[in-house]
Amino acid sequence: MSTFQIFYLNGKPIPFKQGETIMDAALRAGEYIDHLCHHPEFRPHGSCRICMVELDGKSVSSCTQPAIANTQVDSSSDEMIEQRRSLLQMLFVEGNHICPGCEKSGDCQLQALAYQNKMLSPHFKHFFPKRALDASHPDVIIDFDRCILCELCVRASRDVDKKNIFCVDGRGINAKLIINSPGGKLGNSHFSADDKAAQICPVGAILPKHQGYDIPIGKRRYDQQPISEVDMDNQEKDQQK
Amino acid sequence: MANKIKIATASLCGCFGCHMSLLDIDERLIDLVKLVEFDRSPFTDIKTIGDCDIGIIEGGVANAENVEVLREFRKQCKTLVAIGACAIDGGIPALRNGFTLKECLQESYVDGIGIDNPMIPSDPELPLLLNKVQPIQEVVKVDYFVPGCPPSADTIWTFLTELIEGKPISFTYGQIRYD
Repeated sequence: MSTFQIFYLNGKPIPFKQGETIMDAALRAGEYIDHLCHHPEFRPHGSCRICMVELDGKSVSSCTQPAIANTQVDSSSDEMIEQRRSLLQMLFVEGNHICPGCEKSGDCQLQALAYQNKMLSPHFKHFFPKRALDASHPDVIIDFDRCILCELCVRASRDVDKKNIFCVDGRGINAKLIINSPGGKLGNSHFSADDKAAQICPVGAILPKHQGYDIPIGKRRYDQQPISEVDMDNQEKDQQK
Repeated sequence: MANKIKIATASLCGCFGCHMSLLDIDERLIDLVKLVEFDRSPFTDIKTIGDCDIGIIEGGVANAENVEVLREFRKQCKTLVAIGACAIDGGIPALRNGFTLKECLQESYVDGIGIDNPMIPSDPELPLLLNKVQPIQEVVKVDYFVPGCPPSADTIWTFLTELIEGKPISFTYGQIRYD
C-alpha cells in the first residue's frame, strides 16, 4: 500500500502522508493556501483563520486540520474569498495599519493577502487603538499598532532562539503582545537582530532599524506579483538549493 | 453637453495627491472631458455643488467643515467614491489618532521646536477639529473605493472608464495598492 493518499484541493489531487495537515500537503504540492499565522517551520497555531477552507462542506483551518483521504477541499469559492476578505478587514481595523507610512509596505503579508483577495476598503469601523511604540532596542523597533497576534515571534523566540522574550497577555479584544524583560521594554531584554524572532514578523510590527527604504517602494516582494505566486516561487527555489 | 456625466470632486483632509494623480491620466483627460463635465471641484473652482452623477472624495474627515462638505456631496451625488488611503482609512492624518487633540495642538503650536509666539489658533473662522480623523465611510454611505496613496493614474482611469460604461470595476493585481 502506498504511503501517500489523495485529497482534492479545488478539484486538484493533492498527495499526503497520514497525519499531514491540509496546509502542509498543499504547500508541498506547490499549491498555495492563504495564511498569516502559519509558518512551515513551526507548530501550527490556527489563530488567524485566514487559511479556513471547506472540507466536504465544513469550515476548518487548513493549518491544523489533518488531511482526509478522498475528501474535497475548497479554498477558492466566492464564499471562502468573501469570508477571508472579511477576516482581513477585521485585522486591519483592529490595529493601526497605515500602509503609506509603514516601512514594511510591499513586503507585508497582511497587505499582500488583502491585495490578493481584492480588499478595496477595510469596511468595518476603525478601532484606532492607542498603543505605545517601543524603540528602546538599538537594532529593532516594535510598533504594536501593527501586531496581529499571530504569535510567530512568540514561537520563534521560545522554540528556536530559546529566549522566551515574547508572550501574549490578556484575552479577546484585550489580548496584547508583551515583552519578558525588566520594565517590559525590548531594549532591556536579550533580544538580538539575528534572532529568528526578529525576522519572522509577517507584518511591520517587528522591524530592523536603519534599513527601512533600502529597497524602494514599488520594487518589493509583493509589489508586482501576488503572494501566492511569490511564495510558491521562493519555495521552489529553496527546494532546488 | 446636456447628456454629459456630471462629476464633482473635493479634497477633505488629504494632500491633493489623488487629484494630482487624476490629472496624471495626461492626454486621456481629453477623452474624459468628452464624456464628463466637472461641477464643484478644485479643477473648476466652483464653490457649491449641484446635482451630480459622481462625487469623488479625497481625504478623510478631520474637521467640522469636512463633515459638512461630505454630507453635501452625499446629498447631491448619485454615486459617491472614496479615493485614496485618507478617504478610505484615514491615511497619514489618522496617525494623530494615537494622541489626544489637545496633545497634537500643544505639540504643534506651543511646545514644538522653533515656534515663535506660541499660541493655539482660535479664530472663529477656523473649522473646529474633530477628536479623531475618520474615514469617510464612517460618516456617510460610500458606493465605491479606489485605494492607493495615491491610486495611480491607470487605476483611476480603469475605475472611471468602467464606472462610466456601467461595467463592474475590475482592477488588475498591480492596480490595488495601499501605498
